[in-house]
Amino acid sequence: MTPRNAADVAALLKQQPWGLWWIQGRRLTVIELRRTLFSWRASWIYFLAFAPTFIIFLHLLIGGHPASAMAEDTGILAGIVQFYYIRLGIFFGCLGIFSRMIRGEMVERSLHFYLLSPVRREILLLSKFAAGGITALALFVTAIVADFALMFAGYGSAGRDYIFNGPGLGQLDAYVLITVLGCLGYGAVFLLLSMIFRNPTPAAMLVLGWEAINPVMPSLLQKLSVASYLRHLMPISVPGQGIFALLAIETEPVSGWAASIGLVVLIAGVLTYSCYRIRSLEIRYTTD
Amino acid sequence: MNDRIVFDNVSKFYGEILGVNRVSLNIPPGITTLVGPNGSGKTTLMNLMTGLVQPSSGSISVLGISPSNATEFFRNVGYCTQFDSFPRGILGWQFVLDSLLLHGIPKPEAYKLAMEALERTRLGDAAGRKIAGYSKGMRQKIRLAQAIAHHPKVLVLDEPLNGLDPVARAESLALFQELGRQGMHLIISSHILDEVDRISDRVVLITGGYLVAEGNIHQVRQEVRDKPMQVLIRCDRPEILASKMFAVNHCVEARLNVDGKGVFLRTGDIDQFYFMLNGIAAEGLVKIEGVTPADDDANAIYQYLIGTDGGAS
Repeated sequence: MTPRNAADVAALLKQQPWGLWWIQGRRLTVIELRRTLFSWRASWIYFLAFAPTFIIFLHLLIGGHPASAMAEDTGILAGIVQFYYIRLGIFFGCLGIFSRMIRGEMVERSLHFYLLSPVRREILLLSKFAAGGITALALFVTAIVADFALMFAGYGSAGRDYIFNGPGLGQLDAYVLITVLGCLGYGAVFLLLSMIFRNPTPAAMLVLGWEAINPVMPSLLQKLSVASYLRHLMPISVPGQGIFALLAIETEPVSGWAASIGLVVLIAGVLTYSCYRIRSLEIRYTTD
Repeated sequence: MNDRIVFDNVSKFYGEILGVNRVSLNIPPGITTLVGPNGSGKTTLMNLMTGLVQPSSGSISVLGISPSNATEFFRNVGYCTQFDSFPRGILGWQFVLDSLLLHGIPKPEAYKLAMEALERTRLGDAAGRKIAGYSKGMRQKIRLAQAIAHHPKVLVLDEPLNGLDPVARAESLALFQELGRQGMHLIISSHILDEVDRISDRVVLITGGYLVAEGNIHQVRQEVRDKPMQVLIRCDRPEILASKMFAVNHCVEARLNVDGKGVFLRTGDIDQFYFMLNGIAAEGLVKIEGVTPADDDANAIYQYLIGTDGGAS
């Protein structure tokens, strides 16, 4: 690109109504949050997020907490994150949250209100993604932090020492990062699927299968998987047994930074394609 | 920016099903009624006009703006759809206000505009209730309130009188007339032809996805040459008037009015008919009190061009 072209692009960008887009995006996000976060229909997603929290809470109340059991509980928590949250809770939670954003509104016949508003469709899509992301993060990050706190709460001073003077906080950071990237990654994928398919669930099941067999795929194909990036961010390696062994296969090592950036690039790519798709989205409720 | 709604050779296919075919329209400001039976393509035309569906071929512009330019387009266009569904749990005023805030209008002004629209549609008292609890007529009104709240230049109304009681219909029609007088574009589809006919400046007749006729109602009626026009002439001696008219061979049918003080005459050449009628009046044989076209309306045009009763579609 020549400097003149670069200047033209800069001038063009400067002319865009960024202030208006920000106001519209914020407004749409608030409207979407009203629909998704504070809705009884989302109660099953609350259940998905907080079911392990409830079990860990019961364990805190009735289980013994000798210091020797802390290593085992640390492993159990890592297993919950790797096998439950990434593969089940966040996956299906995001399917529920993000597929409602477009397809759910098609089913409820209310999407046209947004498409008839003076908002660029790309802004609409990104706002829906933001609202879905906030909803998913509010639920799953809260759940993960609560799981972590409850898991070590029973160990008293040994637990506090593990968290604040040992590797505890580092593990919590990693779990939160995994949750954030997992929610946004699956969110972007399911938002796109809900635009392409009348019923995104079968397609989501294919994605689930793809995520499961991805570790045995060639290196290039592994980059097209959310879970493969998240696996590299796990602070503790959890050996899987039986069918779970497939989910815990060690692939070629990738640094945490590379995995994070790789997933962010994947999310950006999926969202860019979704923005392209939404430009030609049609309201045809009778056939949906 | 021009003041026209332009369809340039627009076709829309839903897979193999025809929506509309090769429609070209150039609609000036005023009230335009889309007339056609169910499934004729009226809603498809409106959805194409507002970008809810994309044309398979051809192009559309409203006031020179393409629907793909949503920010500018929907500042100028309001669309009251037929879809009877709303975001769940939303209150009446909130529905209108949300829409205005998406325009980037500051909250106090948006609130003022929302209340104004709710008052104009006589929904002020119900504004604080959930839309889910509204009657069908109230839901129709709240959609109308949302469509007019930002003072658009073009208002597209898909069956806006559905579900309204007679008083609400009259109020809505008065509102449409007022908006039309203000120089707005109103595109209305309705099967209640008798009522919209009173306020329409022009009609667009469509059937099976094809444009059958468009233009000023009277012009369109005159174009339907194979159906002689019917005129009611109120006079003191209808029999003499009818015989005179038959004598000069400009009438094909005569029927006395029920009160005996007028006659319905059908003629194939309306211009010549009026010329002859002036002559008869000048002779003084018949005292003519009034002349009214009897089938010069959207309903009659509908029947002649589409073949069924417009009111029943």
